[in-house]
Amino acid sequence: MPGETVEASAGSVATRDARTGGGTAWLLGSELLTLFRRRRTWAMLGALALIPILIAVAIIIAGPAPTGRGPAFLSEITNNGLFVGVTAILVAIPLFLPLTIGVVAGDTIAGEASHGTLRYLLIAPAGRIRLLLVKYAGAAAFCVAGTLTVVVVGTLVGWLLFPIGPVTLLSGATVSVGDALVRLLAIAAFVTVSLLGMSAIGLFLSTLTTVPVGAMAATAILAVVSQILDALPQLEWLHPWLFTHYWLGFADLLREPMVWDNFIDNAVLQAGYLVVFGALAIGRFLTKDVLS
Amino acid sequence: MPDLAIETHGLTKRFRSQLAVDGIDLAVPHGSVFGFLGPNGSGKTTTIRMLLGLVAANAGDARVLGADMPRHVDVVLPRVGALVEGPAFSPYLSGEANLRRFDAADRHAPRGTRNARVAEALDRVGLSHAARKKVHAYSLGMKQRLGIANALLMRRELLVLDEPTNGLDPQGTREVRALIRSFADDGTTVFVSSHLLAEVEQVCTHVGVMSAGRLVAQGTLDEFRDEGEARVLVRTPDAALAREVLARVLEARAGADHPVSRPSAADAAGDDDPDGSVTARLGATPPEVVVAALVEAGVRVRGFETVHADLEQRFVELTGEGFDVVQ
Ligand SMILES: Nc1ncnc2c1ncn2[C@@H]1O[C@H](COP(=O)(O)OP(=O)(O)O)[C@@H](O)[C@H]1O
Ligand SMILES: [Mg+2]
Repeated sequence: MPGETVEASAGSVATRDARTGGGTAWLLGSELLTLFRRRRTWAMLGALALIPILIAVAIIIAGPAPTGRGPAFLSEITNNGLFVGVTAILVAIPLFLPLTIGVVAGDTIAGEASHGTLRYLLIAPAGRIRLLLVKYAGAAAFCVAGTLTVVVVGTLVGWLLFPIGPVTLLSGATVSVGDALVRLLAIAAFVTVSLLGMSAIGLFLSTLTTVPVGAMAATAILAVVSQILDALPQLEWLHPWLFTHYWLGFADLLREPMVWDNFIDNAVLQAGYLVVFGALAIGRFLTKDVLS
Repeated sequence: MPDLAIETHGLTKRFRSQLAVDGIDLAVPHGSVFGFLGPNGSGKTTTIRMLLGLVAANAGDARVLGADMPRHVDVVLPRVGALVEGPAFSPYLSGEANLRRFDAADRHAPRGTRNARVAEALDRVGLSHAARKKVHAYSLGMKQRLGIANALLMRRELLVLDEPTNGLDPQGTREVRALIRSFADDGTTVFVSSHLLAEVEQVCTHVGVMSAGRLVAQGTLDEFRDEGEARVLVRTPDAALAREVLARVLEARAGADHPVSRPSAADAAGDDDPDGSVTARLGATPPEVVVAALVEAGVRVRGFETVHADLEQRFVELTGEGFDVVQ
């Protein structure tokens, strides 16, 4: 009976540990519940869902875009609704997705500090490293949710409003609807991975302040700055090191056969950011005086 | 000494140039209700933050429940329930959901009993009716109760309550005192801070007094009272004259005189002068000498008492500042 372990005295703390166990999973569950019970989270996911909806509605009202104008794939949508999701994710990547990730990742620690709940989590005790891990996992879960929202809503809206059929890929080959849906999921995975480095930056910035808006804004601004630097040809040497470098690099997933080089390079780069900024966050948070 | 629940040596915290806590040596016995008193800004909360591993000390060491802090936070904190610098919750969650969240953060809190323990803690502080309400709709007093409930989610060996009666109405304050008594009856050590002496005096077995970052006194309540000097209290319409006499006889500065409004007594005496009361430290002077001197000087003595300094006077003596904010 776990209830009886409550009575245990100092000497048997280790046994208590072993008997109750699995605590981190529950803390993560509680974190996800908290994140996805927040109205703000749903407002941001709603805003992301609006992107494919607006694109589809605009095309229906204004007619098909002329080839070569607007975001890639835009002109394809009237032929095949499956392109709504891809177009929407292309539109969302530079600004809208990073904004929402910035809000969630920047809020992780600073938000708790500003509410004063950080001290109560720490004296529970959540454990400082454990709390950081769980907070990061929560932000990563939001990356998945945000990306999937755009892709899934886009596909559903496309399905509803436009004809659906086999997709002609960039390489000229034509694949079935089922194959195309798998590729959409691969794109969602690519974009999610793309956002993991930025989430780690947000987590680190969030340990520096008790003002969540500051960490949120700084994280989102970094994403914009990084994209600007990536667009300057004079800084070509720097480009492969920018966390936004591969953000739009998922076109290879629309070839036959699929080319995974970018996916892998991107994953390695994001892992590097995760390690560096994760370590910075831990180093900072372990020694931080919690005065809020 | 193994029988101390909290023990610090030279515990110090500096904020830039300011010494918030200045080398304090706390000794809180197991099973005691320790009143940690001091005016606002005297360093109580900062001390508590160091005891709980939220803040690193600049110097000195702290042992809580026999283990060094902050090195053993993971072992110590599950056995400690705490309210620090007021309650804090996620405003967009219900009271119940907030408690479940903090409970989930404690690796040692069994999941199977979580809902039952949350319900019981809410019931214990009288919040069952508001369990489902979002915390942003709670009053200050309700949040304070919820904060205390959070400290009670598990059976604790030590409860650290930082100003638990803040924001509570008199009824709530009485309830908190009753709760503290019930914890003590269960054998839990309670470390309770307050800037309002009267709110904890009745429940404490021990007290420690902070003043401007220093622990200026600590001991059992009785020891503490005995250290306080006896005083004389004279009730008279000739307050100014009485003060003069007392100053001369006791060679001590007389305390402030407080006009006492007792219109019925004044009417009965057919006298328009209101009664005032003058107090002074008695020191080693016998009280009868003081009375004789007063009468001789023509002071109309209507009441004379020797009072043992109560805790509050002692508190004022020690902190100098009364209940005002330091700095
Ligand atoms: N985060 C902080 N930064 C700078 N000074 C602080 C901080 N927190 C507290 N202090 C200072 O430390 C002193 C003690 O504060 P505190 O421990 O909160 O006192 P108490 O709880 O007794 O009212 C005060 O003078 C206060 O100004
Ligand atoms: Mg305080």
